[in-house]
Amino acid sequence: MAGRAQPVSRTLAVGGAPAALLLLLTLGTLGAVFLRARAMGSLGPADWAAVRFTLWQALLSASLSTLLAVPVARALARRSFPGRGLLIALLGAPFILPVIVAVMGLLAVFGRAGVLNAGLGALGLPAVSIYGLQGVVLAHVFFNLPLATRLLVQAWLDIPAERFRLAASLGMGPSEVARFLERPMLRSALPGIFLAIFLICLTSFAVALTLGGGPRATTVELAIYQAFRFDFDLGRAAMLGLLQVALCLAASVVAIGVAAPSAFGAGLDRRVARWDASSRWLKAQDATILLLTAGFLLLPLAMITLRGLPALPGLPGPVWAASLRSLLVALASATLTLLLALPMALAIARARPAPARTLEALAMLPLATSPLVLGTGLFLLLRPYADPATLALPVTAAANATLALPFALRILLPAARTCEADFGRLADSLDLRGLARLRLLTLPRLTRPLRFAGGLAAALSMGDLGVIALFADPETATLPLQLYRLMAAYRMADAAGAAVLLLGLSFALFWIIDRGGHPNAGS
Amino acid sequence: MLVLEGATISQTDFHLRADLSVAAGERVAIIGPSGAGKSTLLAAIAGFVSLSGGRILWQGQNISGLHPGARPVSILFQDQNLFPHLTASENVGLGLRPDLRLTASDRSRVEAALERTGLGGFGARRPGALSGGQQSRVALARALLRDRPILLLDEPFAALGPALKAEMLDLVGTIAAQNGTTVLMVSHDPEDARRFAPRTILVADGQAFPPADTAALFNAPPAALAAYLGN
Repeated sequence: MAGRAQPVSRTLAVGGAPAALLLLLTLGTLGAVFLRARAMGSLGPADWAAVRFTLWQALLSASLSTLLAVPVARALARRSFPGRGLLIALLGAPFILPVIVAVMGLLAVFGRAGVLNAGLGALGLPAVSIYGLQGVVLAHVFFNLPLATRLLVQAWLDIPAERFRLAASLGMGPSEVARFLERPMLRSALPGIFLAIFLICLTSFAVALTLGGGPRATTVELAIYQAFRFDFDLGRAAMLGLLQVALCLAASVVAIGVAAPSAFGAGLDRRVARWDASSRWLKAQDATILLLTAGFLLLPLAMITLRGLPALPGLPGPVWAASLRSLLVALASATLTLLLALPMALAIARARPAPARTLEALAMLPLATSPLVLGTGLFLLLRPYADPATLALPVTAAANATLALPFALRILLPAARTCEADFGRLADSLDLRGLARLRLLTLPRLTRPLRFAGGLAAALSMGDLGVIALFADPETATLPLQLYRLMAAYRMADAAGAAVLLLGLSFALFWIIDRGGHPNAGS
Repeated sequence: MLVLEGATISQTDFHLRADLSVAAGERVAIIGPSGAGKSTLLAAIAGFVSLSGGRILWQGQNISGLHPGARPVSILFQDQNLFPHLTASENVGLGLRPDLRLTASDRSRVEAALERTGLGGFGARRPGALSGGQQSRVALARALLRDRPILLLDEPFAALGPALKAEMLDLVGTIAAQNGTTVLMVSHDPEDARRFAPRTILVADGQAFPPADTAALFNAPPAALAAYLGN
């Protein structure tokens, strides 16, 4: 489209301010860490072991998640049964599931006193340990198998229904359909999904903190935390931070080349008639796969809920205080996310292609940023001005908002583009500008995605156990951190109660922000 | 008088040049093959497409650099003329104040405009609850209140049936005559042009020709128009 008679410089300026803040929070904090690292610090063999472990566990986690997702997604894509929509919705839940709650659930099933070891013991078999590499990978698969499955179901449903009709009319069986339709799709979809998950697992902190640790199962993020928190070796923390960012950037650069699909595809409950997979054997196979997957995802959460509910009323006071702090941090973080994401989305929707692409790439920076580097950088930047303990909660909210921004922007951008395409000219011709435009056009048209993005940002922040661990003392702990402390003190009944509380609060927060209040105004 | 003085629009594969003038209060049709640039010409006058050369003048004043909302122009698009989340009254009210902070007298003017376009009592409805013809009337009521000297019609009634379309054109004609509005109307239907516009601008071969007498133009069409009309 040709440009308007007047350039959209004002809109760009509005989008540029949050972009500048974002640059400060990502590259600025990295710079602060870098300046510090040049002063001192060197890496020992333990640090290089952390790098190797980080890469190895990410490789294993991403491979297992993607490979296991193939049969699950195939079953979901070619079957229709009652509860299919619910199962697909359930696959979206881990995105806002607090890591520490999932870890508690996995411990209840796979831990030393868990269901699995009780069963093995009854059979006279030796117990298995969840700690170390296998535990870290297990938790990562728990989180990323659903993500990979959702993305793959999307890719499966993107194969036009007509192709399957054509295949059926040519008499193709399951193996021919796989060869001519499904494998080409998998070849194009799997690399992007693998890399997205690899990137997520590279910055794994809370899982490694709870299930890893020790010289043989420490990730770089965990090493940064230990250098900072226990040794107070800022130089080493900074060096590790740079290493972490280098890993993330390298993986991101590869990932940019391989188009990653969007995780928020709509219409996943579409059904495609399939004539090739009607054999009883294939039906039984798909049913088994889906039951196992649902069990793997639901059993840990069911266990933790059963154990935690009775402990809920008797939770100690600090847990409730931490809950309140977490809610405030989550709401502040969600607000900040939207304040950053909305102007950027509007600017990208209105800008010419070149600046729009720059802004969009900029908004994806947090994906390649290590949360703990961000936290360390903010600490180094703010240390001269304020006591880190008093800044713990604001810094956590800011870091969480930064990390939620790419997701919020991806949710808002399509709606902003549609709004601009449908009503931009009309609004311009009526001289609808500034706050009036925001109030009369943008907010009413973008209510749904704004609520969804806000809900996600709030839930992500609510469950986050990352930056807060760097700073907090007992007076400023959030609920996830408080829960971690209960676990570390082996107060497992209280920990289970706090886990149920955290789970409930996270999902309630998401649900109220996303769905609460009245439905979307207008059509 | 609206004057396009060597006005040039250049896009990647598209060039259009216009050297023409339209008298104040005149009604002019714009006709030509699809893709020739009829809508682009309107978009340039409305300020959505910037000129790569030349200027656009209204009553001697250069308006080429003005923001779309600041031009002496109201435009009705082919579709999306109304905000679906606002009521008919609110959509019309935007013509008075873009921030919708309306006084009591503003509100009665909105109601009067709706009355005048035959929509008295429909103000509380959202566009979704109105028929296509009624939606056009709401947009027209808003243009009426904006009271800009130039009204651009980019085939806003194309989706209406023939009778309704003729009715809407008559309504536009009546209102324009009363307010002395200059109307430029894109159309692909010679009947519309004959009915509504004494003079017609032909857009073809990368050029917008000066307005010619509509009847004479259709009776002895130049080659490009003849090819388009199929005779």
